[in-house]
Amino acid sequence: MSVLVFVENNQGSFRKKSLESVLYAAHIAQNTGSIVTALVAGTATDSQLQALAEYGAQKILHLTDTRLDNFSTRPFAKAIIQAAKKESAKVIVALNDTTGRAVAPRVAANLMAGFAEGVMAYPDFSNGFVVKRNVFSGKAFANVKISSDIKVLTLIPNTFGVAKSNEGAIATIEKFDVAFDDLDFAVKVQSVEKASGAVPLAEAELVVSGGRGMKGPENWPILESLAAELGAATACSRPVADSHWRPHHEHVGQTGGTIRPNLYIAVGISGAIQHLAGVNGSKTIVVINKDPEAPFFQAANYGVLGDALEIVPRLTAAVRKFKQNNN
Amino acid sequence: MKILVCISQVPDTTSRIAFVDNNTKFNTQGVTWILNPYDEWYSLVRALELKEAGIAQAVHLITVGKADVEPVIRKALALGGDEAVRIDTETDDPYVTAVQIAHYAESNGYDVILCGKETLDYNVGSLGGMIAELLNMNYIGFAAKIDIAGNVATVCREIDGGEETDTCPLPLVISCQKGVAEPRIPNMRGIMAARTKPLKVVAPAPVQALTSVVSFDMPPAKTGVKMVDAENMDELVRLLHSEAKVI
Repeated sequence: MSVLVFVENNQGSFRKKSLESVLYAAHIAQNTGSIVTALVAGTATDSQLQALAEYGAQKILHLTDTRLDNFSTRPFAKAIIQAAKKESAKVIVALNDTTGRAVAPRVAANLMAGFAEGVMAYPDFSNGFVVKRNVFSGKAFANVKISSDIKVLTLIPNTFGVAKSNEGAIATIEKFDVAFDDLDFAVKVQSVEKASGAVPLAEAELVVSGGRGMKGPENWPILESLAAELGAATACSRPVADSHWRPHHEHVGQTGGTIRPNLYIAVGISGAIQHLAGVNGSKTIVVINKDPEAPFFQAANYGVLGDALEIVPRLTAAVRKFKQNNN
Repeated sequence: MKILVCISQVPDTTSRIAFVDNNTKFNTQGVTWILNPYDEWYSLVRALELKEAGIAQAVHLITVGKADVEPVIRKALALGGDEAVRIDTETDDPYVTAVQIAHYAESNGYDVILCGKETLDYNVGSLGGMIAELLNMNYIGFAAKIDIAGNVATVCREIDGGEETDTCPLPLVISCQKGVAEPRIPNMRGIMAARTKPLKVVAPAPVQALTSVVSFDMPPAKTGVKMVDAENMDELVRLLHSEAKVI
């Protein structure tokens, strides 16, 4: 019996959120007397794969077919389904990101496995298998009991923390083959456009975000300086993306991305309910706004009242001073 | 070409979220129900655009729910759907919903099945993937742009930190998000026409739920905002370091 975790692979390197999902799988395995099997598809060396062992993977199934260097739901679902059958997996773990959310439902439907997406706590084993998931865009949680034999979960990244649990551990690596057919690769990638930003927004621990209060795209260097000083990613509100001041993939909120960084600094964003839906999982929220009535202040931990264009450079300078004193 | 658009009814974004019966049921009192925005603004409107462009011949709507969801179905018909089907059952298990829709779609032959990227209430974004698996179709999630020419769809979809453009022959299931189309408002003619458009009620296929909601929780209340003097950003940095421990 095993807990199968589907690990997204970037040419042999693994994102922090993927390591977090391996740790989550290890937690379930410990509580259910199972082993943790990680499924990795595409190009990676054995020594790169061993990084997963330090986070709890005991066995790694490596699907070396290079056609899987590009993600597509059908072949990936097929691979996960076959791995689950081979390993008698009772729980299958993936991430609640664009990849996991696309592939996991296929796996669940195929295996007639109960599916819970957007999971943000470890399962409660005291009454069967109950997981807590986000509902109403983070305004509430539902405790969902999964009653099927096999269970499929997608996890909200940056929720459980990441630390090596098995320093120096070595996992068994097994080559894994899946027989694909033409239909599996009917979706063909024509082009990929990736942002060049230093820190990927979805997994950034610190995020500096701007709204209409920034007054125009020409003022963004002010935010970018603060972000650079903090090592933060930049984000924006919907009106900013809609006005093309910033690219759409930086837009967070109901219709944009959902993030849960440790620190979210909202600059010149009023805090409409649709915006909050995308960021209310942030651990600490700082709001900088000149309008004392801005609803965002009610959702904030710290607030600064005043003109963003004056305050942000001051904050950047304060962060720089702090870092100099602490080094 | 026939398009099936999956629609659902959700509480308006600004609804007060509260629970009753010992936190086991959503409190529907005073809630305004709307068509799930991702289903309406993106999938349905794009389907209608494809029909207006002569690429699609028919746009059918499907929902799983009891009679109380009919007003939002009529709204979708008013926007321009040709006919609608309501599978007469209520469920909070995504698998049950997917099986119902797949069952109907299978016997009615669609080239494209569209759904929203998620529902606003339970944030379920699994419908498209499950339907695709149940019908052995291809699936592209989180589309931001959809074009169809002949038998091939070109779909631009969101990936981590960017976008990817894919092509795939039909049949295909696609989940839609912002960018696919612009919101529309039904006009008077549409509203009048919707009254007489076919709305079929179909008995559900037998299927057992695999999950159930045991209870709901509210997130812990924020302790209240601490205001920091705009002149004193050193203090904010100090709080973020020693109190919030985030830097």
